[in-house]
Amino acid sequence: MERKRLTFREWLRGGDPGIWLTAGTVSFSLIMVFGLLFLIMVEGMGHFWPKSLVRFQMLDATVSDRFRLGEMVDRETVTADQVRSSGIEVAVGRELVDRTLLKTGNRDVDGFDFYWFLDDHIQSRDFPLEVFTAEREEWGNFYGTALGIEQGGKAITMLENGLWTEINIRLDRKRTIKKRIKQIEKKEMGGVNYRLERLRLRLRKLEMASVPLSDTRYSEIKLERNELDTLYATLSGELSALYKKINRDVLVAETINGNLLRLPFSTLVNVFQPNKMSIFDKVSHYFMKMAEFILDEPREANTEGGVFPAIFGTVMMVLLMSVIVTPFGVIAAIYLHEYAYQGKVTRIIRIAVNNLAGVPSIVYGVFGLGFFVYIVGGSIDKLLFPALLPAPTFGTPGLLWSSLTLALLTVPVVIVATEEGLSRIPKNIREGSLALGATKAETLWRTVLPMATPAMITGLILAVARAAGEVAPLMMVGVVKLAPSLPLDGNFPYLHLDQKFMHLGFHIYDVGFQSPNVEAARPLVYATSMLLIVIIVALNLTAIVVRNRLREKYDGIDT
Amino acid sequence: MNVESEIGQEEPKIAVDVSSIRSDSTDESLQTGESPISVEVNDLSLFYGEAQALNQINLRVPQKKVTAFIGPSGCGKSTLLRCFNRMNDLINTVRITGKINLLGEDIFDPSVNVALLRRRVGMVFQKPNPFPKSIYDNVAYGLRIQGSFSKTVLDEAVEKALKASALWEEVKDRLNESALGLSGGQQQRLVIARAIAIEPEVLLLDEPASALDPISTLKIEELIFELKKDYTIVIVTHNMQQAARVSDYTAFMYLGDLIEFGDTKNLFTTPEKKQTEDYITGRYG
Repeated sequence: MERKRLTFREWLRGGDPGIWLTAGTVSFSLIMVFGLLFLIMVEGMGHFWPKSLVRFQMLDATVSDRFRLGEMVDRETVTADQVRSSGIEVAVGRELVDRTLLKTGNRDVDGFDFYWFLDDHIQSRDFPLEVFTAEREEWGNFYGTALGIEQGGKAITMLENGLWTEINIRLDRKRTIKKRIKQIEKKEMGGVNYRLERLRLRLRKLEMASVPLSDTRYSEIKLERNELDTLYATLSGELSALYKKINRDVLVAETINGNLLRLPFSTLVNVFQPNKMSIFDKVSHYFMKMAEFILDEPREANTEGGVFPAIFGTVMMVLLMSVIVTPFGVIAAIYLHEYAYQGKVTRIIRIAVNNLAGVPSIVYGVFGLGFFVYIVGGSIDKLLFPALLPAPTFGTPGLLWSSLTLALLTVPVVIVATEEGLSRIPKNIREGSLALGATKAETLWRTVLPMATPAMITGLILAVARAAGEVAPLMMVGVVKLAPSLPLDGNFPYLHLDQKFMHLGFHIYDVGFQSPNVEAARPLVYATSMLLIVIIVALNLTAIVVRNRLREKYDGIDT
Repeated sequence: MNVESEIGQEEPKIAVDVSSIRSDSTDESLQTGESPISVEVNDLSLFYGEAQALNQINLRVPQKKVTAFIGPSGCGKSTLLRCFNRMNDLINTVRITGKINLLGEDIFDPSVNVALLRRRVGMVFQKPNPFPKSIYDNVAYGLRIQGSFSKTVLDEAVEKALKASALWEEVKDRLNESALGLSGGQQQRLVIARAIAIEPEVLLLDEPASALDPISTLKIEELIFELKKDYTIVIVTHNMQQAARVSDYTAFMYLGDLIEFGDTKNLFTTPEKKQTEDYITGRYG
């Protein structure tokens, strides 16, 4: 049987174009989302892989820069004109040239980490086995060959095959000492300092209240301070001993062009020979680096090391915001939906609330700074912390103000979602409760609100998704590039709402656009972005699981 | 039992009250014979905004009997029923004139606590509306609202109510399971159990079987028959056979007017008004 061919008009009227259009839009969105995720994942995950070190032998070079050693980062083809215009000679007649971006490290020797090399200028390339990568606490990576070890200023003679075992032993020793140093500096001395600061405050309060010097409280404070001073002296004694110990060993190495360099072990973070590593070694190194990224603190203006403080700050801020925004939004929605007279005023309020969600977030930042930080925070300081003035406690950007500002930013979402949920509760359920002699409040509390919890959590999910990705307002109300300590620690009151904190979103901006070495930081930007996405997804998934549990409970309600 | 004896004691007084009102009453057809009166409706009119839904209703609902409201859709029978426990208060535009006395007390008096009134006048709706809670919590809901009862008191009350609504045997092993897992008929009986757990004086049933299958309907009707021993029951129904089967008295309403009220048997066999006859013989669509 011959199938009847559709005319164009019939095809249009059948609705097929609509299906194609809608399906096309969905596919386009999916491709965009997954493309972005894929890009971030590939670029971000690759960052931790130990890259082989390639050695270029250069043409037409002096002895002192005959070789170049480093990690291959990028390759591209450019026009010869472009290269010529930057002052590099290219053979006449060439139109396109290939070039390679090499991360050569050794910033302390060469001044730069990254160099482009024209393939025309490279005589040969190979992967020498004996070269190593040293990750350092400053000056970036070092690439070169290890020669020997000095201990206490004297070279140690040993067998060649024992050198790397010896390096690893000394690196482990350094790490142990470093850990102890960190513990003393951060925890113990930090604790002592904190207590000293509180003593100073007590003293200042006494002085401000003009308590006579004969008061016993002065002597108490003095006694306590003496105790703390002794403790501090003991700790700093131990610390200087540790610093002496950690500076004992030095790794002697030379660059690929034969420059001798002494690398104190105290500055080394990690030392390895990528070209000698088996695939198994590389995988374990990969996961070690990933763990370091998640669990460690940043180094070198955030371009190296981990992002733990930023993860912590982000999660902390989002949690605090949730704790603030949920009750606030829910209560407001209850009043609007259940008690307020449904007239013009309520309609205007609703429109206003919906429009709040469209206000640029930077405006919230400015508002937060002006209202929360200066007015509210300033008043709190005057009332509760007069002894600290003029140094502000709450009158300066901090965790609490950031959470509050974001709570304000996201409260419309929670209100709208909760109202939606309340209006979806079947009328006959409310009537059933009222008919049993429950008052309106009892009906709300015992029946309506529990049934509306899934909707409230939906609102919270949307709020979290919005807040976790928000950066602009935070820059004004509490986020900093580098926070010396976490907002949660062992000193009373444990959670320091007044402290500034780090944030993954701001970290991305900072590392990607504010760091002195953009090339070096790029993979880190991808990795941080991925981490931020993972955290937002994790926070949301938790809320979604909770919501679905609740939904199951109310499944099967006839509306 | 306590509640009953109290009502029993009050009976004579109310009977006197009622007889005095009845002698004033001009409409002879509202006479209901010897039964004491539970709910007394005097000149009740109700407006939704401008539209009048009930027009000068006068009615005496006898105690511990089943009274059925029949009539075509939109005739105001549900509206009238919802006046008895002031459910119409929930609608902002409603305006009511006239009086409803419940055991001699004016329920529209401003001093009346609506929540307390609703404890005395239970209601079951057209669609089963169990709360998304366990069977036990559903039945105990009304009692828990009244205050903190001990576990034993609650247990007893729940069992008693479920037995009275003929649901006990079916659910006694799964009291803690969600009420939403019950069938429609079981849910409706659960809702009845929930209503009688707080021992109201009057039970209002708003088309309680219209969403149910015939077997469940039969069970509900049997239940109504049992319940009228202890409760005054007012039932709204679309189904005339049902009204004839379960009720002692029937009121026929049409377009907001109470056309005829009387003994069910008489109303169905020898209706006084032509409209009633037309309706029960099926001459109104």
